Order: sequence, then structure tokens, then C-alpha cells
Amino acid sequence: MKDQSYDNNKLIDIKYDMNKRRIRDFIGIKLMQIITIIVSTLFVLIFLILFSKSIPIFENVSLTDLLFSSLWNPEKGEFGLLPIITGTIFVTGISLFIAVPISLLSAVYISEYAHKKTRSFLRPFIDVLAGVPSVVYGLCAFLFLVPLVKDFIAPRFGIESTGLCIFTASITLSVMVFPIIISLCVESFRSIPIELKEASLSVGATKWETIRKVILRASAPSVITAVLLGFGRAFGETIAVNMVVGGIPKIPSTLFHPGQTLASLIASAYGEMMSIPLYESALMFVALILFVVVLIFNLLGIILLRKVKRRWNY
Amino acid sequence: MISSLIIVIGSLVIIVGLIVFNGASSISLEMITQTPSGGYYLGKGGGILNAILGSLFLALPATAFAYLIGLGIALFLQRDFSHPKISIFIRLSLDILWGIPSIIYGIFCLMIMMLLGIGTSLIAGIVALTLLELPIITRYMDESIKMVPHGLKEGAYSLGSTRFETALKVVRKQAAPGIMAGVLLGLGRGIGDAASILFTAGFSDNIPESIFDSTASLPTMIYHLYSSPIPLVRERAYAAAFILLLIVFSISILSRYLSRKLTKHVIV
Repeated sequence: MKDQSYDNNKLIDIKYDMNKRRIRDFIGIKLMQIITIIVSTLFVLIFLILFSKSIPIFENVSLTDLLFSSLWNPEKGEFGLLPIITGTIFVTGISLFIAVPISLLSAVYISEYAHKKTRSFLRPFIDVLAGVPSVVYGLCAFLFLVPLVKDFIAPRFGIESTGLCIFTASITLSVMVFPIIISLCVESFRSIPIELKEASLSVGATKWETIRKVILRASAPSVITAVLLGFGRAFGETIAVNMVVGGIPKIPSTLFHPGQTLASLIASAYGEMMSIPLYESALMFVALILFVVVLIFNLLGIILLRKVKRRWNY
Repeated sequence: MISSLIIVIGSLVIIVGLIVFNGASSISLEMITQTPSGGYYLGKGGGILNAILGSLFLALPATAFAYLIGLGIALFLQRDFSHPKISIFIRLSLDILWGIPSIIYGIFCLMIMMLLGIGTSLIAGIVALTLLELPIITRYMDESIKMVPHGLKEGAYSLGSTRFETALKVVRKQAAPGIMAGVLLGLGRGIGDAASILFTAGFSDNIPESIFDSTASLPTMIYHLYSSPIPLVRERAYAAAFILLLIVFSISILSRYLSRKLTKHVIV
């Protein structure tokens, strides 16, 4: 009889314990679910807030004026973003124009030519380059590139420049984009089935022909993805560009003249924006453009990369 | 091909060389043990202790929050909890968040701060950095949790553990090396980012005493010092950059060391 009651108690204990664990399980999973839902709708929330904050500028200035007028004088109520948009396109375009060939060739070398030991030595190098904070890039560009452009490169073209210009910003950005493009490209080159390369080599193609016609072609979508992601980084980079671009919202007549980019404009204007009517709203609109453009390019890149991953199963 | 590789490696060497060469020479004990005294930005005495501590106060809690939130999401993305089709969408939205420029996070937090009526503060900076680090840490954790063999989870289930217990005690330990790598990568990114904390954490010469105080950080300190016309003050920007680079590199070395050490607990 005594034994029986002891057993019952134990059973109740176990049952109680199990209930507690079930409740904990339920709460834990619900919590994870809620967090996941909040975070995965975060970008919608960011979009909505930026959009609602930029409504006042839409009501006061027409969209064509905003995008295509070249007068940027917030004090006088003129919010033409054209000079800043041109500046951004120049800086981003030139930086990719420099970065893409250099990183592609480096990636080809690392994945196809380099010795195994060299490769395992080079990869951490690229990771380190990716980990350098952007403010350090900006500082180095300010210290090294700005005098170089001022004293050597700009005079070569017969232009007087302070060194703080579109060209300097583009070079800085291209160095920042290197690691992104290189690491993605190396990963995709390495994942191409070796049979493809061997088939090409066995019909008499040289190594370079194989690289050009087989490897680059087969991994073209990933290369495009890498470029798109690099574009996103360059387009949204704020501090490093802000430090070397000059910060003058005028359409630059040469590459050695100062300009302004969208992201950098936000950083330099935040201090004064509270005092001028509509200025804050205009900056929110700038942030909205930045957000939407980066979103579209990244989305394209990610979707492309997923397709490739499914194709080669990596 | 080799020449382009030389350009890439060379640019890294130039960056590290410039910072070490210029920074190491102007670094002193005074610099890392004192806060800026009056006239510091004009070349008078003091140090950047406020920025060093500020950076740590911002990045460490932000990484801890991002780790907790990210762990929840990454565990939830397993097949055991959510349908793979839903997981694809969640991963997509995380990838989108990863690509958003940090200045947007800064602006977003600024808007929320204005709604709540708080000024530049430590807490706002922490929130901005958490948002910035979250997608990075979560995606890394997710990739490593994906690799956990299903048999291991089934073993835990068959012993009577609930799904939550399995996720937290078995899966998390098995994926520990990848999780650690992700967390430290996020920390490195967070400690070096300036754009997101420029408006949110503000700037201050003092070490923050509460979470509602503004605080300086190494990146914003560099941003304030670099363009000074006084050479001595510019030297200080290089010294601050040297400290920042030192922190970032030691985080990445630590990450390699720790993930090797944590591999011990992994059942193959």
C-alpha cells in the first residue's frame, strides 16, 4: 500500500514535470515565431517609416523637380537632387568599372592558378580586407590618395584639384568592393564541376580558353550577382565617401571636381536638418531612394544566386 | 592577372601599413587611459578612453542582443519548426536586411527615437547596431545549424526531449563553431561601423553613465578628428584608427581560435 502511494506521487511528479516542459516548449517556440515574424517584416516597416516621413516633401515639391532639378538649396526651399544623383552614379559606376576587372582577374588567379598553399594563404587576406572598417578606408584614402590625386594625378590631366573629388571616392570604393566580388567569384569558380574543365582541356583548349569560355560562362550568373552585391555596397557606403568626395552638391564637370552622393549627403546634413523646414523630409526621401535602389539590386542578385546554387548544387 | 592580385594585396598592405606607421608612433599611455580634456580637439592633452569604452559599450550589448534574437530565428528556420517554403522567404528577407546600407538603419532608429522623444543616447546606438548585426549573425548561424545532422535531433527526440529543448541544448552545441564565427563577425562589423551610430549615439567627451547618455565611439571619434588642420590632432585620428584596427583584427584571430576550440564538442 505504501509502495503504491509512493509510485503514484512519482507519476504525478513526472506528469507535472512534463507539463512544465510542454509549457516551456510552447512558450519558447511561440517566442521564436514572434521574433522571426517581426524581424522578417522589418524591411517593410523601414520602408513605411521612410515613406511616411517623406510625404511632406511630395506635397510641396513635385517629383520631377525633386529628381531632375539641379538646384539644391535647402535654405531657399529648393530641393533638386539631380547633382547628387549624378554624383552617386559617377562614383558608383567608376568604382565598379575599376573593381570588376581587377577582382575578376584576381579571383581567376586564386581559384585556377594559385598553388593550394598560396590559396589558403590568400583567402584570409581577402577576409581581412573585408573586415577593415569603412572609416579606416576613408582615413587611408584621405591620408594617401587625396595628396596623390592633388599633386600627381590631377595635374597630369591639366586640372587643378583639391584631391577631394569624385575620382578619389571612386578609387576608395573600388578597394572596398574588391573583397566582396573576389570571395563570391572564387566560391563560384571552385564549385564548377571539374568534368566541365577536363572536357574542355581534353578537346585541346588552352587553359586560358577554358577559363574564358567554360568557367566564366558557366559562372556568369554568380559573377553578375557578385557585381550587383558590390554595387549595393558601393551605392550605400556613407562614411568613407563622405570623407573624400568633397561634399559639394553640384554636377561635377570633371572627375577631379568635388561632388556629393546620396548616402554621404545624409551624413553631412543631419546636423542642420532640424532647423530648415522640409529639409528633414527631403533627406528621408533621399534615404528612401537609397533603400529602394539597394533593395532592387540586392534582390536581383540574391534571386540569381539562388538559381545558380540550385543548378550546381552547392 | 598577377598584377591585379598585386593591386588587391597591395591596397591592403598600404592600408595596414599607413595606419600602423602613423598610428603606432603617436599612441601613448595617456591616450588610452584618459578622456579628452578641454581643448583636446585643438591639440591639448587628454585621451580617447571615452571612445574606446563607448565602442565597447555599444558593440558588446548590441552583439549580445543580436545573438539572442538571431539564435531564435536561426533555430526557428529549421525544418522542425517552420515549413521550408516559409523559411525561404525569411532567409530572403534576412538577405535583404543584410544589404541595407548602415546609414538607413541610423535614420530608421533616429525616426523611432523622435517618436519616443529620446535624444542621442547609448541605447539608441545599441538598437541601431543590433539591427545592423542581426542579419549577419543570423545568416551565419543558420548556415551552420543547417549542417546539423537530422539523426542527432531524432536521437534527442527519441529520448523524450521536446523540440525546444533539442534546439537549445543539442542543435546549438553542435552548431557552436559556426555560431561563434557569426557572432564574432557581427561584432567586428558592429564595432567598426560609423554611419549607423553617427546620429543615434551622438558624441560626447564623457564616459556614458546611463543608457540615455550620448557616447563617443572609435569610428565617430576618427570621423571627428581626421579633417582637423592641426597635424597633432590628425595624428590622434590615426592612433584611434590603429586601436580600432587592432580590435577588429584580434576579433578575427579570436574567431579562428575559438571556432577551432569549440569543434571539440561537435559530434561528427
